[in-house]
Amino acid sequence: MSEITSSAPAMDVGDSSRFYVLEHHPENSTLLGFWLYLMSDCLVFACLFAAYAVLGRNYAGGPSGAELFELPVVALNTALLLFSSITYGFAMLEMQHQQRTKTLIWLAITGLLGACFIGLELTEFIHLIHDGAGPQRSGFLTAFFTLVGTHGLHVSFGIIWLITLMFQLGRHGFTPENTRRLMCLSMFWHFLDVVWIGVFTFVYLMGVLP
Amino acid sequence: MSAAHTEASQQGTHSDSNAHHDGHGHGHTQADHGTVKSYVTGFILAVILTAIPFWLVMGKVIDKSSTLGLVLLGFAAVQIVVHMIYFLHMNSKSEGGWSMLALVFTVMLVVIMMSGSIWVMYHLNHNMMPGMINESTMEAKPESIDNPASPVTPAAAPNSTTPANTMQNM
Repeated sequence: MSEITSSAPAMDVGDSSRFYVLEHHPENSTLLGFWLYLMSDCLVFACLFAAYAVLGRNYAGGPSGAELFELPVVALNTALLLFSSITYGFAMLEMQHQQRTKTLIWLAITGLLGACFIGLELTEFIHLIHDGAGPQRSGFLTAFFTLVGTHGLHVSFGIIWLITLMFQLGRHGFTPENTRRLMCLSMFWHFLDVVWIGVFTFVYLMGVLP
Repeated sequence: MSAAHTEASQQGTHSDSNAHHDGHGHGHTQADHGTVKSYVTGFILAVILTAIPFWLVMGKVIDKSSTLGLVLLGFAAVQIVVHMIYFLHMNSKSEGGWSMLALVFTVMLVVIMMSGSIWVMYHLNHNMMPGMINESTMEAKPESIDNPASPVTPAAAPNSTTPANTMQNM
């Protein structure tokens, strides 16, 4: 008799703790869902990489990668993106310490580095098209513009997202929503840097090889 | 307001004492943010792993391009792992292991897709090219594309002979 009465409250505790776990779950699921989005985005890039792998040497008598690519510019672009990755990391560390101004400063530096990256890439594209090496020139250039352009488009949208979040952060501070959004953008930004590793290795460095 | 303050101070002390990984239960931000040390370590490794491939290609250190290609891919793979660990904070425990599972699945799909595409298309080119195109047209093609402005005598001559050749073959 006494055992039954004592086990009934124990069941209640078990139930409430189970509800407690369930309540905490949805807050995590945004980050997991965003990670799944990034993985599907990864598949999009994999398709474009595969297309470049197949078409990358089909010059159709046009210019080759060795003639077109300027490796110092690519190295500068890589450095810009790598620096923007670590400045975003510093912004996340300041967010951890609830330092709003410092977070905003690091985010602004990240956005500027990203904007420089996009600016350099657009200059490169304009030069190529001006020299008659536009996307319609050969299979190689079609694959090149699609792959590198898709990455650049991702970075551009990342910058728009970053500016939006800076306004949100300036107005509302570190609410749970803003923290969550900043963590999603962090994953997005670092993911784009990972894709860029593939681009500069596979497209630029290996494209220059004879 | 006060709750937020105590939580902020709690988080601060946790990261200062470097026991950040264990103290996740209390906050609503369960993801790992890393530390200054981990970010700087990752950054230095990434810079080294980026600089070496650029140096190898721009300095023309390795002559054989197939070897150099494999070395470049190796450096890229290592750098991707470095970014995953130090910047994206991947480990087997984040999100209860689900993000790692999704990553493994994606990597598997990517490998199948990339190797499959390259394999299939290589064999397609290899098997289709010699049978489809006559040897005389293959020699004529680059010439006619290189100087399309003057296709009068050199390019027109082989072009006019190719239909005759194919007719004879048939």
